[in-house]
Amino acid sequence: MRLLNRSAGRLSRHRRGPIAGLMVLVCGLLLTGGLYAAFAPAQADSTQSQEELVKEGRELFLVGCAFCHGQNGEGVLTQGGSQYGPALTDVGEAAVDFQVGTGRMPMAQPGVQAPRKEVVYNEAEIDALSAYVGSLGTGPEIPDTELYSTEGMSDKELEELVVRGGQIFLANCTACHNFEGSGGAMPRGGYAPKIRGVDSKHIYEAMLTGPQSMDTFSDGNIPPEDKKAVIAYLETLDKAPSYGGLTLGGLGPVSEGIIAWLVGIGSLVGFAVWIAAHTTRSSNKKDEAEA
Amino acid sequence: MSDAHSTDPHGGELAVAEPIADPGLPAHTWRPTDVDPAKEKRAERQVAGFFGLSAICTVLFLVAYFTLDIDDNWHVFAGFGASTMALGATLGLSLMFIGIGIIHWSRKLMADHEISELRHPANSPEEDRVATLEALNVGIEESGIGRRPLIRNSLLGAMGLVGLPAVVLLRDLGPLPGDKLEHTIWGQGLKDKPMRVVRDGIWTPILASDLEIGDLVNCQPDALHNPERYEIDPTEVEGIAAQVHKSKASLVLLRMNPEDIKPGKDKDGNSRENWTVNGIVAYSKICTHVGCPISLNERTTHHLLCPCHQSTFDLADSGKVVFGPAGRPLPQLPLGVDAEGYLVATRDFDEPVGPSYWERDYYDRW
Amino acid sequence: MTVGDMSKVATTNGTEPATPPKGAKAAGAIANWADERLGLGTAMKKNLRKVFPDHWSFMLGEIALWSFVVLLLTGVFLTLWFDPSMTEVQYNGSYDPLRGVHMSSAMASTLDISFDVRGGLLMRQMHHWAAMIFIASMMIHMLRVYLTGAFRKPRELNWVIGCLLLLLGTIEGFTGYSLPDDLLSGTGVRAADGFMKASPVVGTYMSFFLFGGEFPGDSIIPRFYAMHILLIPGILLALVAAHMMLLVYHKHTQWAGPGRTEENVVGYPMLPVYAAKAGGFFFIVFGVITLLGGLFSLNPVWKFGPYDPSKVTAGSQPDWYMGWPDGLLRIIPAWETHIFGVTLSWNVMLPILVMPPLMLMILIALPFLEAWITGDKREHHLLQRPRNAPTRTAIMVALMTFYGLSWAAGGNDIIAIKMHLSINQITYFMRAAVFIGPVIAFIITKRWCISLQRHDEGKLLHGYESGVLVRSPEGGYAEKHLPLPVGEAYRLSARDNDPTPETVEEIESSGLAGRQVKLRRLRAKLAAVFFADNVQKPTAEELHDAQHHAEHELHELEAQIAAGPNKHGPADH
Repeated sequence: MRLLNRSAGRLSRHRRGPIAGLMVLVCGLLLTGGLYAAFAPAQADSTQSQEELVKEGRELFLVGCAFCHGQNGEGVLTQGGSQYGPALTDVGEAAVDFQVGTGRMPMAQPGVQAPRKEVVYNEAEIDALSAYVGSLGTGPEIPDTELYSTEGMSDKELEELVVRGGQIFLANCTACHNFEGSGGAMPRGGYAPKIRGVDSKHIYEAMLTGPQSMDTFSDGNIPPEDKKAVIAYLETLDKAPSYGGLTLGGLGPVSEGIIAWLVGIGSLVGFAVWIAAHTTRSSNKKDEAEA
Repeated sequence: MSDAHSTDPHGGELAVAEPIADPGLPAHTWRPTDVDPAKEKRAERQVAGFFGLSAICTVLFLVAYFTLDIDDNWHVFAGFGASTMALGATLGLSLMFIGIGIIHWSRKLMADHEISELRHPANSPEEDRVATLEALNVGIEESGIGRRPLIRNSLLGAMGLVGLPAVVLLRDLGPLPGDKLEHTIWGQGLKDKPMRVVRDGIWTPILASDLEIGDLVNCQPDALHNPERYEIDPTEVEGIAAQVHKSKASLVLLRMNPEDIKPGKDKDGNSRENWTVNGIVAYSKICTHVGCPISLNERTTHHLLCPCHQSTFDLADSGKVVFGPAGRPLPQLPLGVDAEGYLVATRDFDEPVGPSYWERDYYDRW
Repeated sequence: MTVGDMSKVATTNGTEPATPPKGAKAAGAIANWADERLGLGTAMKKNLRKVFPDHWSFMLGEIALWSFVVLLLTGVFLTLWFDPSMTEVQYNGSYDPLRGVHMSSAMASTLDISFDVRGGLLMRQMHHWAAMIFIASMMIHMLRVYLTGAFRKPRELNWVIGCLLLLLGTIEGFTGYSLPDDLLSGTGVRAADGFMKASPVVGTYMSFFLFGGEFPGDSIIPRFYAMHILLIPGILLALVAAHMMLLVYHKHTQWAGPGRTEENVVGYPMLPVYAAKAGGFFFIVFGVITLLGGLFSLNPVWKFGPYDPSKVTAGSQPDWYMGWPDGLLRIIPAWETHIFGVTLSWNVMLPILVMPPLMLMILIALPFLEAWITGDKREHHLLQRPRNAPTRTAIMVALMTFYGLSWAAGGNDIIAIKMHLSINQITYFMRAAVFIGPVIAFIITKRWCISLQRHDEGKLLHGYESGVLVRSPEGGYAEKHLPLPVGEAYRLSARDNDPTPETVEEIESSGLAGRQVKLRRLRAKLAAVFFADNVQKPTAEELHDAQHHAEHELHELEAQIAAGPNKHGPADH
């Protein structure tokens, strides 16, 4: 029974269990520590270090990105005139932070859609790259933590936010990303990726910048508070137990049908074979002769 | 044996003598449990053991039922809802052990001599058939139905007619379609207050300047949230009524580079040039194939994909079908801006939205 | 009718002493009491020890029967809480992320069953899993019946009943999964509205009448509910009863084998062995469905949220049994005709209004078509192995291929993301494959069956491969064949020879004229195709010659081995 911990359902209970409390504490410490490490020096050194950051970013850019995106982020055309690497002049810091922070960039090879993979740069390098690309033109900045973090909200506020977020999620996101964020197919081999288990910051940046073929959901489209609501809903999905058992990839009726056939019919036919199979026979004769 | 069949008059040669004579049922062989009392006892214990396991599982089911919480406070087991999983596993095993026990019993301990039973042809014996036909004829004869065509025909007529009420009675299942499918609530804007386009679920109106290129907004008519502004009775946009409106009025808004847009022609052959505001286009969200809501847009190509059957529409090119089963372009909603700068529908769609139907083209004549 | 050789058939399994134990006495007393009031003795006299042959494939229909019972049991449980109403309420139950959301009572009560009734979610999932298994097992049962020729006279009507059960089960499933009024099922109902509207002339009227007004209306859930818990289950029950009564009347088919003929049925008596096996299987089916219900999440309506005509989710698919028409709906080109002011939506009518009814009619017609082509009017109680009716088997495999490809097309988006393909390419491929695939499948299956027939013939004539390799004095190697045991040889040879199709002269000399002659000619042609290239079983003379030859070879082999350096003799034969 040690594996059993009371939780789930009502959001408030998540933080009430002793282990959950500890986890929140540890996560909180780690998060604040990490954020401090990431942001504090930059803020402390003001504009001068911003310039240095841009410079450092430019160096990284020339090595890792310029081949496709051009020496000054102006983009590269192929001989046929199609885009080899798009211009990055107005994509903004947030786009770089998302693309590089989720490992999508640098791409392993040119293709229609960059898949999520292991992150190549460390956090400081990503900051430098973002700062450099951000300095090339306009575009959204990396969102502040309070824009997507639900820390410090009361249970009631959070519950209302999650309900609202769920409805906005269903209206705007599920069409491509599926009802539990498992992803879905797009035209001509494209796909909307799985969005569960993605950093809240990256979700926010994705909405803001519309990576790859995704539409943008700028602040004039979905206000920041509602973006936070969507993120809060996704976090709730992550935290909630799977009430009904294994979710089978969260893909809906296709995986359910496969289970019905393979597990259901498969095991039942197996039982039928056992029931009708001949039992082992003995070479001995029974003492009482056949009647 | 099976060579006893007569030859079919049409089918030619059917059955011939079996080339190998039927050796008959093989002699019965005994199972270890038949000849070895120790094994018999063991099988007996095994069967009882299965029934015992089932009983244990049932007890565990009861324990799980009364100890595991649901409602506001689900117990969680390894990330799963503990109640569902525990109840399912214990009840499932409890039932299965009974089944396995019974089967094991029948396989190991119940007598297993195969016995043989004779078959009979499906038809009834000749004399029965003759007698039945006789009785049938006598009955028909005595009723006189063959001799009295007046009675027979009038009865048939009456019976035929009496089916009509059964059909007519279904008439009130629903109202007639009328022109309901031709209009949406977008057309109910007022002269001075055209219907605003609002964000779905957020219910705020949209300034053209709010949107950036690449923004896709899922939208609804303002009247669903704000009926009084359009002098609409609030009961007309509540509950089911709201669902009916949404099933026709749902909208996707996309802002793209104005140069990308190839304005099409409306029903009267006029250009749709002024249907867009600042590169913002508005299309019905309801697929023209079978009516799924559709908002899977590829920003780079402005192709909108339906998740149900993959019809793909080009939003830069009058909602033209570029792939898939849909037969018609997505209807476009003419956009404008009201006095306060908010996006509005200048009028209703100029064709019925949603799936095709038989009399759809009559719309023009109304 | 001749009586089979019964000398070796045991008519009793009396291995127990004749004095009945106490339990039997009590049972006898109860039976007497009942008989004096109900007169059951006569009816039960034969049936208590009625013989059922034993084979795993004969139990597939039982899966369907027992999952139907599970459906009835779990379904009754669900009705105790479910409120089939579309009245809008504000959800106030235990599932936080939807608290305060407006939804229909149907959806709210479904959430209540899932989150506020202990075991409610389990029962919901069991009911749904049982439905999927119900239809799946009907289908594999149908395949077994078809592929073994069990549908032939006198069982054609039972085949028709079975087809109707499959149809009704599918409708029952659709009305059932639509009841929660969640986003996914609502999308399905929305599509169904589109299907109805596409019907010529009466489309919009049908839609408005069914939905009680404009889609989605306020009536569809209560109407589906009445159909789902009363109308369709009632018809299903009646048809299941008829199906079983005919089964009892006809007695079960059996495989040919020593002592098993067209005139008898050999197996275990209903009491006790068959009753125990069937009863035990009920518990196993029930148990497997319960385990599925407890361990695998199904239709998580709380994640879909209530139905809203403006919302949709990626991966919007129907349950698996509606998957194949949905697949056709996905791959049909954009065909729509606007003519004389009316709209003909071929892109909906062909896949939904034409194909499923057509497939059902083909299924129902199969036994009658085959009987007409082969001219076979005899009763059949011995099953045919699929290989011994190559064209029949090939027809079903072609139909299965069509079904399977359409089915896969229904999951094209999931295939695309899981196998990194393009839905467009999958769709183009499927458009061709649904036509070409069945043809290829037909040809391969037919030739495969004929090869297997040849293999059987080879075994009969030349014996089985013994695994003994012999080197001849010249240095060549050969595997020696040994004759089949007589029971096995009988089993392979106990089958009908195919009839010879009528010749043109026979038809012309029959004295018929006009259309009838044309029909007879068509029939003869079809029969020739139907039986083309089939291998007939060897005659007694052929067998005799072959046996003689084999014995000779065997002796030679034994002599060679006896003379060789290794003195391993072949097994005693």
